[in-house]
Amino acid sequence: MSMETATARRVIFPSTLARTIAAYGQELIILFAIIALFVVVGTVAPRFISQTNLTSIFVGNAYIAVAAIGMSMIIISGHIDVSVGSLIGVLATISGTLAVAGYPVWVAWTVPILVGMLATSFIGALVAYVRIPSIVVTLGMLSILKGGLISVTSGAWITNLPTNYLIAQFRLFGVPSPVWFMVILTVLAGIWMRNSAFGRSIYAIGGNPEAARVAGIRVERSTVVIFAIHGFFAGIAAILFATQLQVIQSTVPANLELTVITASVVGGVSILGGTGTVIGSTLAAILFAAIGSSLIFLNVSAYWLRAVQGLLILATVLADMARRHRIK
Amino acid sequence: MNQTDTRPGAAPAPPFVQLSGVSKTFTGVRVLKDVEFDVRPGEVHALLGENGAGKSTLIKILSGFHQPDAGGEIKVNGKAVSFASPRDARDVGIATVYQELLLFPDLTVAENIFIGHAPRTGVGALDWTAMRKRARALLDDLDSPELDVDARVGGLSVANRQRVEIAKALSHDARLLIMDEPTASLADADVRRLLDVVRRLKARGVAIIYISHRMPEVFALADRVTVLRDGALIGTRDIADVDDAALVSMMVGRSIDQLFPKVTVPIGKPVLELRNVSYRDEVHNVSLVLRAGEILGIAGLVGSGRTELALTIFGITPATSGEILLNGEPVTIRSPQQARDIGIAYVPEDRGLQGLIRPQTIRENVSLALLSRISKGSIVDRGAEAALARDAITRFGIRARGIEQKVRQLSGGNQQKVVLAKWIATRPKVLIMDEPTRGIDVGAKAEIHALMSRLAGEGLAVIMISSELPEVLGMSDRILVMNGGRMVSTFDRSEATPDVVGAAMTHAGGSDRQGSAA
Repeated sequence: MSMETATARRVIFPSTLARTIAAYGQELIILFAIIALFVVVGTVAPRFISQTNLTSIFVGNAYIAVAAIGMSMIIISGHIDVSVGSLIGVLATISGTLAVAGYPVWVAWTVPILVGMLATSFIGALVAYVRIPSIVVTLGMLSILKGGLISVTSGAWITNLPTNYLIAQFRLFGVPSPVWFMVILTVLAGIWMRNSAFGRSIYAIGGNPEAARVAGIRVERSTVVIFAIHGFFAGIAAILFATQLQVIQSTVPANLELTVITASVVGGVSILGGTGTVIGSTLAAILFAAIGSSLIFLNVSAYWLRAVQGLLILATVLADMARRHRIK
Repeated sequence: MNQTDTRPGAAPAPPFVQLSGVSKTFTGVRVLKDVEFDVRPGEVHALLGENGAGKSTLIKILSGFHQPDAGGEIKVNGKAVSFASPRDARDVGIATVYQELLLFPDLTVAENIFIGHAPRTGVGALDWTAMRKRARALLDDLDSPELDVDARVGGLSVANRQRVEIAKALSHDARLLIMDEPTASLADADVRRLLDVVRRLKARGVAIIYISHRMPEVFALADRVTVLRDGALIGTRDIADVDDAALVSMMVGRSIDQLFPKVTVPIGKPVLELRNVSYRDEVHNVSLVLRAGEILGIAGLVGSGRTELALTIFGITPATSGEILLNGEPVTIRSPQQARDIGIAYVPEDRGLQGLIRPQTIRENVSLALLSRISKGSIVDRGAEAALARDAITRFGIRARGIEQKVRQLSGGNQQKVVLAKWIATRPKVLIMDEPTRGIDVGAKAEIHALMSRLAGEGLAVIMISSELPEVLGMSDRILVMNGGRMVSTFDRSEATPDVVGAAMTHAGGSDRQGSAA
C-alpha cells in the first residue's frame, strides 16, 4: 500500500517532451554526443566537417548501422549473433563473385540477401527448437564461415566489378545511397518494431519468453523469423560493404561482429533482452564512425578507437545495470 | 556432539534458540508480527501454517537471510545475537535444509558436503583423503552406507540428494537443523527413512525445526508444535495436547466474513466440461463441469496436481487422454494460442515468471494477448490499444501514473490487475486463476476478489486455484479437492467448512501418494 501511495505522489511528467526524454534517454545522449563531437573536432580541424570527410564517414560505415538493426532485434529478443561479421564477409564475396561472373546486378544484389536469411534461419532453428544457446551456435558459425571463406578464396581480391553493380556509390539528390539505406531502414524498422504485432512480440519474447508463450505468442517460430530478418539486414549490409570500393577483399573484416554488437549495446539495447531501439543502434554506429575519423584528424593512433569502443560498452552496461537496479 | 544429554523429560531443557518479539516488514507490509518462538536441544518442533503465514520468513530470520525489525531479539544459548548474514547463523550451529536443495550437480557427494570448508593438507591443497573419509562417516551416521561419496550429485535421487544436504548441515556441527517441507517431494519409503534420520539426530541432542503440511508426520515426530497465521503467532502446544482437527482450525480458522465479497449470481449453462482428462502422471482422470457465472475453487496442497490441471486445460501441457468440451462442443487444445483463441484465459501462478513482460508498459502488457486482433494488416492500432489500456486502468482500478508506466514499477496487487486486464481483454468464456492473490497485501486482495465476483456476475465461468483455504471457502460456489493428481472430493459452498476441506486436502489419499509431486 505504501508503495502505491508513493507512486501516486511522484511527480507526473509535465509534458510530452519530458516523456520523450525519459523514454529515449540513451538515444538522446548519443545524439548529443555526436553533435558535440562534430562541433568540437570541427572547430579544431575544420576539414573534419568537409563534405568529402562526411561522405567518407557515412559511406564507409553505413553498412555497420544496417547490420546493427538486425543485431538489435536479435539482442532485444534475448539472443546474440557473434557470427555476423563472418556472414557479411561471406555474403559480400558471394555478391562480388556473382557480379564479376556476369550475372545481372539484381542477382548479385538479391542472392546474398537470400543466402543470409537462409543461414540465420538455420541458426534460429537451432536456437529455438534444439535449444542450443545462441552464443554457442553463432560461435560455431563464426569459425565455419571464417575458415570456409579463407580456404575457398585464400583472401584473394575480387576486381573488375561492373560499375552498375556498385550500389554504394550511387547517389540520390546528391546524397550517397548508403545514407539513404541507413536512414530509411532504421526509420522503417523502428516504426515496425514499435507498431506491428510481430515487432511487439520481439520485445515480449526478450522481456519474458514464458509470459509471451502463455499469452499465445509462438515463441519458437517467432525466434526463427527474427533470425531470418537479421539475415536480411546482414545481406543488405554485405552489399553496401562489397560495393563501397572498386574491389572486394574476400576475407572477413576484422572485428566487424564486435563493432556491430557494440553499436547495438551502446545504442541502448539491453544485453539482457527486452528493451532498446534501432534508432539508438544506428546513432551509436554513427558515433563510432565519427570518433574513428576524428582520431585521424586529431593525430591520435587509430588503435585508440578500440579502447574507446570498449570504454563505451562498459559505461553503457553499467548505466543499464544502475537503471535496472534503481527501478527494482 | 558435545551437547549435554537433554532428552525431553520431566524438566524441559533451556532453549537452544529463543526468539522474542520478532517482527519483519517488507516494503511497508508486516509479514511477521511480534512472534515468540523457541526450540530446545533434542526437540523436534513442528512449525505449521498456510502458505504466506510467515513460516519462510521466520526460518530465514533464524538462518540469517533476513534481519528482524528493530525491537525483536534472538538468543542463542541465552545470549543475544544478531546475524548479519547466513554465515553468522551457521557459525553458531544453525543449518537449514531448504525445499529446493542447494547443491552443485556436477560435483561429487563429498565435494558438496564440504563445499567452502574442505579439509586442507599442510601446504593448503585439498585433503581429498580426509574429505572422503569424513563424508563417509557423516553418511554412515545418517544410515546411508549405500551412498557413494564419489558419486556425482546430479545423478542422485531426490531422497539421496536430501541426505547429502543433511550431511552438509551436520558437517558444520549443526546444533539446530531447520527442515523446510523435507518430505514434500519424497516417495513413501523415503519418507519413512527420513523420519528415522530425524529421530537419530534428535536422540543426539540436535534441535530440529520441522516444517510440513502433512499431519501424520507432525504427529509422528514432533514434541511441540507452533502455528502461525497471517504472520502472527497463534500458539505453541505440546503435541500431546492437540489433535489434527485442532491444528487445522488453528491454521485456517480465520473469519471469512467481510473479507470475501462473494455475490450470489445466477448460475448458467455449462461452459467447460472435462471428461476423464489426464496428463501423463500428473493429472489422473479428472472430470468436471463448469457453468457460466460460477466460481469453482480447486483446493489441494502444493504438488497435488492443481496447477498441472490448469496447464492442461490451457494447452501448455496438452491432455494425453480424455475429452474437453466447450459450450457442449468437443475441442482440442494443443497450445496456449489455441486455448486463447477459443476463449480460455489463464492468469498464471507466478506473475513475474509467466504473467508479465516487466520491462514493458501497461499498454504493451494489456494488449499482448490480442495484438493480432487489434491490428490492421500487421500494424497495431495504437489508438485502440491506448483505449484498451486506459479502460483497463479505470475498470480494474489499477493505480498507476498512466498507460505508459512500466509494469515493474507497480505494486504486486496492481501487477496482478494488469495480468487480469490482459486476459479479460480477450473476452474469454472461461477464466482460470492460479493463486490469484499470492504475495498481495490484504487491501489489494479484497479488490481482486471483488473483481472476480463482478466478472462471474457478468457470466464468466471462473476456475480459482488457491492454497489459501479461506480464499477458496470464501469465493467459491463449489470446491473440488485434489490430491495426488486426482479429484478426491467435491463440496458445495454450503457444506464446505475449513475442517472438512482441510482434512480432505491433507488426508484423502495421503498414504497412497504416487511419487508425482512437482
